[in-house]
Amino acid sequence: MKHDFSELRLERVTRRFAGSGGNIFNALSELSLTIRRGEFIALLGPSGCGKSTALNCIAGLLPLSGGMIRLDDTRIDTLPPERRGFGMVFQNYALFPHMSVVKNVGFGLRMRGVSTSEIAPRVEKAMRLVQLTGQEHKLPGQLSGGQQQRVAIARAIVIEPPLILMDEPLSNLDAKLRLETRSEIRRIHRELGRATVYVTHDQDEALSLADRIVVMKDGVVQQIASPQEVYAQPANLHVARFMGYRNVLHLDVAEDRGDRVTVTAPDIKLTGVRKAPINGTRASVAIRPEEMTIVTAPAVENVIAGRVENVEYGGRDSLVDVVTPKGTVLHVRAPVNVAMGAQVLVQVPPERVLVYPQEAGNA
Amino acid sequence: MSTALPSKASVNETLAPRAPFDRVLLLVVPATLFMLLLFIYPFIYGLVLSFEPKEGGWLANYRTFFTTDNLWPTIGTTLKLALPATLINVGIALPIAYKMRVKSRWQRWITTLLVVPITLGTVLIAEGMLTYFGPKGWLSQFLQLTHLYDGAIRLTHNYWGVLISLIISGFPFAFLLILSYVTGIDPVLARAASTLGADSKAQFRHIYLPLLAPGLAMCFCLAFVQAFSVFPSAVLLGAPAGPTRVISIAAYEAAFEQYDYSLASAIAMIMGFVQLVIVAFVLSLRSWFYKGPVSGGKG
Repeated sequence: MKHDFSELRLERVTRRFAGSGGNIFNALSELSLTIRRGEFIALLGPSGCGKSTALNCIAGLLPLSGGMIRLDDTRIDTLPPERRGFGMVFQNYALFPHMSVVKNVGFGLRMRGVSTSEIAPRVEKAMRLVQLTGQEHKLPGQLSGGQQQRVAIARAIVIEPPLILMDEPLSNLDAKLRLETRSEIRRIHRELGRATVYVTHDQDEALSLADRIVVMKDGVVQQIASPQEVYAQPANLHVARFMGYRNVLHLDVAEDRGDRVTVTAPDIKLTGVRKAPINGTRASVAIRPEEMTIVTAPAVENVIAGRVENVEYGGRDSLVDVVTPKGTVLHVRAPVNVAMGAQVLVQVPPERVLVYPQEAGNA
Repeated sequence: MSTALPSKASVNETLAPRAPFDRVLLLVVPATLFMLLLFIYPFIYGLVLSFEPKEGGWLANYRTFFTTDNLWPTIGTTLKLALPATLINVGIALPIAYKMRVKSRWQRWITTLLVVPITLGTVLIAEGMLTYFGPKGWLSQFLQLTHLYDGAIRLTHNYWGVLISLIISGFPFAFLLILSYVTGIDPVLARAASTLGADSKAQFRHIYLPLLAPGLAMCFCLAFVQAFSVFPSAVLLGAPAGPTRVISIAAYEAAFEQYDYSLASAIAMIMGFVQLVIVAFVLSLRSWFYKGPVSGGKG
């Protein structure tokens, strides 16, 4: 078991499960990823996308069906979890209910045969790092959810693992605590200086925490990129939808020149940026609600007329549904004073209209 | 907090409004009547009866029991059968149940197979054992045929026959009980332990065993009480006049051969008391263990 490393390489890591009726399905298909020391990686995707499978494969809790995992020069995918030495934080914390907080935190050290005199100061240091001093002799059942989470993190980091794996660690906390703990996790990651792999279905968590985001769907990697890139330049429509591009329209291609594409429908004409080569006459465009604005004077291009059909009040602004004459619904962030039933013009800059090839199944 | 809290009773008096009578409570009436008529009353009747001997003072029956040479040793005889049988059953059931905790293709079949004996009555088991383990039984014939063992095999009509029968009939019970305790423990705990460096032996020792301990104590008590009241197999498979003259045989003889119901009641009371002492002792050990919920956190 190593305490430090320079990179962890996943090479075409695959995991298959036997599904119902003897069908075999790929929970994880050929994930290749190199995690460098100090990096914070988020595995992001909807439930069932294979992100937890990937994490369990790294931890050694699931054997691989194919591929290889290497920690520097050592092949580790054949080792049982207890010999990989990665720290793991579970979704429901998995604290040992019969052990006090210090016993829980010190468990990994005891299993490694660290002497009692050395365990105490190391546990104390970990407890200080997660800011949980004064609770040492309580049982997990006597702690709040947020405190239990801190114990789980302390237990995982006290063994000084090269890699910390976190499986949706914040999903059981309330909204306020989730924000606080999120910045705590980032701080702890910085202080330890090792690598963290963090599984989440929440794009805000992934954007705010990660150095790189791995977006997954149905066991297949969709995009591996920095938060900025995943946010602004999604690799495909799945990623775009997941990153909050709520308007996805399927339109006819009118003009395809340079990196610009113009797409139309009887009541819509939009020019946008081509994100991938487009074959055929149909294309899909993705636009964020916050990139669209309601304008009063008719502008030059990318203006769509419609009627306000629904207004969701959101404090600083409102989320408005604008319906075009042919019935296409656009989700638009608008000032709070927009009235139901009003005729409006919606405008979007061409560089914020992302054009992708037509998805299969949307003729 | 330094101020003394008001006692529970006074809180209830001051804060709880007098609730209207809940008619749902009437549902406990049949069960209460059942307990009163078929358990409490016979028990008290027997207790009183045991202090009304045919002759002598009110303690005469108990004096008789502890001074008669074919009565008081029955306690030891019964314990000598019941304690090893219980220990063996719990001891074998624990590792098997632990292995069976993981769902596999064989799990259901093995579990079914192990539980079958519970559906057989003790008398049926005794019949089968007489055919199989007897001096001219299959086991003996097989061993002699293959010359694996040529000496005489005596596994019936003695201590071993009764012990084997108690193990066969008591094992499924212990197994099912422990299996339910084992599967109640969140497997994520063992996985968490493994990521912290615990191999399977350490996972069992540090996670499963401490969480199972209270359940094992409970299982021991129930299996022990069952084994302690052994009667049919002690008669059919044992030597009821000698080495397997258990306490229930003594009570049976007093009641139905000497027609001394008073003495029989006294023996039954002593039997109950011995069980109570063992059970109380084992359950008191539970206070050493963690007894809370066996999950690892929220949700």
